[in-house]
Amino acid sequence: MSITYLEAIREAQAQALSQDPRVFIYGQDVGGFGGAFKATKNLAREFPGRVIDSPISEDAMVGLAIGAAIDGMRPIIEMQFADFSSVGFNQIINQAATLYWRTRVPCPITIRLPSGGTSGSGPFHSQSVEAIYAHYPGLVVMTPATVEDAYSMLLEAVALDDPVIFCEHKYLYYHLKADRLPTEAVPTGKARIVREGRDLTIVAYSAMVHEALAVAEELAGEGTEIEVVDLRSVKPLDTDTVMASVARTGRLLCVGEAWPWGGVTAEVVARVAGEGFGLLDAPPRRLNAKDTPVPYHPNLWAAHRPTARSIGAAVRDLLRL
Amino acid sequence: MVQTVASPEPGSVVSIVRDQHIEAFRWMLLARMLDDKFASLYRAGKIHGGVFLGRGQEALSVSIGVALQKGDVFAPLIRDQAGRFAFGEPILDAVRTYLGSSLGPMRGRDGNVHRGWPREGLLPMVSHLGAMISVVNGILFARRLRNISGAVGATSIGDGGTSTGAFHEAINQAAVEKLPLVLIVANNQYAYSTPTARQFACRNLLDKAAGYGVGGHTVDGTDLSACLAVVSEAVRLAREGCGPQMVVARLLRLCGHGEHDDAGYVDAKLKQSPFGRDCLRVAEQQLLQHGWADAQTLELWRNEATQKIEEAVATVQREPAPDPYQEDWRALSSLHLWEARPEDSA
Repeated sequence: MSITYLEAIREAQAQALSQDPRVFIYGQDVGGFGGAFKATKNLAREFPGRVIDSPISEDAMVGLAIGAAIDGMRPIIEMQFADFSSVGFNQIINQAATLYWRTRVPCPITIRLPSGGTSGSGPFHSQSVEAIYAHYPGLVVMTPATVEDAYSMLLEAVALDDPVIFCEHKYLYYHLKADRLPTEAVPTGKARIVREGRDLTIVAYSAMVHEALAVAEELAGEGTEIEVVDLRSVKPLDTDTVMASVARTGRLLCVGEAWPWGGVTAEVVARVAGEGFGLLDAPPRRLNAKDTPVPYHPNLWAAHRPTARSIGAAVRDLLRL
Repeated sequence: MVQTVASPEPGSVVSIVRDQHIEAFRWMLLARMLDDKFASLYRAGKIHGGVFLGRGQEALSVSIGVALQKGDVFAPLIRDQAGRFAFGEPILDAVRTYLGSSLGPMRGRDGNVHRGWPREGLLPMVSHLGAMISVVNGILFARRLRNISGAVGATSIGDGGTSTGAFHEAINQAAVEKLPLVLIVANNQYAYSTPTARQFACRNLLDKAAGYGVGGHTVDGTDLSACLAVVSEAVRLAREGCGPQMVVARLLRLCGHGEHDDAGYVDAKLKQSPFGRDCLRVAEQQLLQHGWADAQTLELWRNEATQKIEEAVATVQREPAPDPYQEDWRALSSLHLWEARPEDSA
């Protein structure tokens, strides 16, 4: 038996619905149709009245979730694509993210964002928006890179009392498989060292973890040992694990699929430079997508985001310093 | 207690209408006088940030609070002191939030009209217009999911707020779900300085109700008797399962957007029009004409309101301000996910 990243998300939601009567799912086409990516396949049938189609109204979808959370429910909102969360942005950052701080009433909502690029999706179905949400106080931002994390972190997101932006990567939906669902989970807030190495640390998250692993595999054949750290969540950001890794390797490359101005990779580099400057044998570097909207054509798309090839080049460059 | 002139049979329709009118008028009076106090404190430099008054909108606002019951939900907007009082907000909440007391519901983290108790059904507004409507929808939706019926959710908005995407999405959502939502639109002729002609092109905002497939009601917002009747009818229909109801009231804001604004842009002709009447004066005249109060009673009510306000302000002025060294500076409720940044302890 094998299970994909997408199936793990579906199973986590089924599990959340079955174990907690406060959970419901609200989003466009999530009901009988099962969602644009089938992440809610059959859930409306298995949990009647609790998997509900919404109008195309991202602002009102999030607003409704906030009201339901105030009244004791634990809604899961599916954005059809992360890109469309911009329409619900106001409710997310001004209402959900501020509620606990203003009133001491927590806001336990989970907003699922099918994120990141896939070939042929173009500027409005490919975005990685984790940094925008991580910028605002009052939100937790999860970026699972594995089938196991997609499952266990989504369950954790629903159980948390705070609003969670759950960035699930569309490229991983079908490409990533595991033998079984996990029975144990690393808690959110802890990064994971996915591969140990002594020469250079690559910090990555979401789909970029797999590009980084491909580079590490390739360079191992050349006698270079790369350590790969999967952040798992970008907020909170596990600085301790990153710093400990950099202490071992002395070199840092941080890779993200989002745009280069500011963002998660800039935050990681700023923290390492500010708090661990003495650990570094070379300048801390970062690699991101190009500073343009995400292109449609596969030739352009493959050159827009970081890949094993561009990461490999950056690593070789950094190792020469 | 001064005897009022007429005393209808207890429990009769006239008696119920009279008692409701008196209750509403007294909340309006307290709201107006508290607003005036806030304006004075603002001018004396005793209030940080803005002061936003409900002058001219008290009759409409109070009608919402009077029509709602325990267990209902109310998301007021900036000109709803009268409605807040009638819904049950203690005067100390208002004064503490305006004066930044650490003992208030917002503890100095937010001020002025941004206050409430979400779990008690009084929602603290964010500043983004239209954004509270879908939150009210969510509470009503959650009740339905749990098979709890009978509650109504009401919220206020102005003519300007009807232009937002959030307004459109939320009222459409409420209509699709047939939620017991009552949306009170105070068409007070100006959104800050922008007149309605620059805000919408339909002949009447009420036309929007038909477009969304919700019940529509219109009322003269300067007439307390009419507001009480129309708003309570809208609340009744929502409670009885007739779906969302939209009430459009025509009136004039008798103050600036905030106390920093002299409202020099208001058309003099509007001030002279029937909608430029002061609803508090109209309500008072209605009381006198029906013989439900006399001049002496009105004076007594004013004195009682003054006393309440002075007591609340005196109490709050002795209360501690928030202390930045006691503040936890934490925006997440999940303690284990909160990142203490090195610069915080610097």
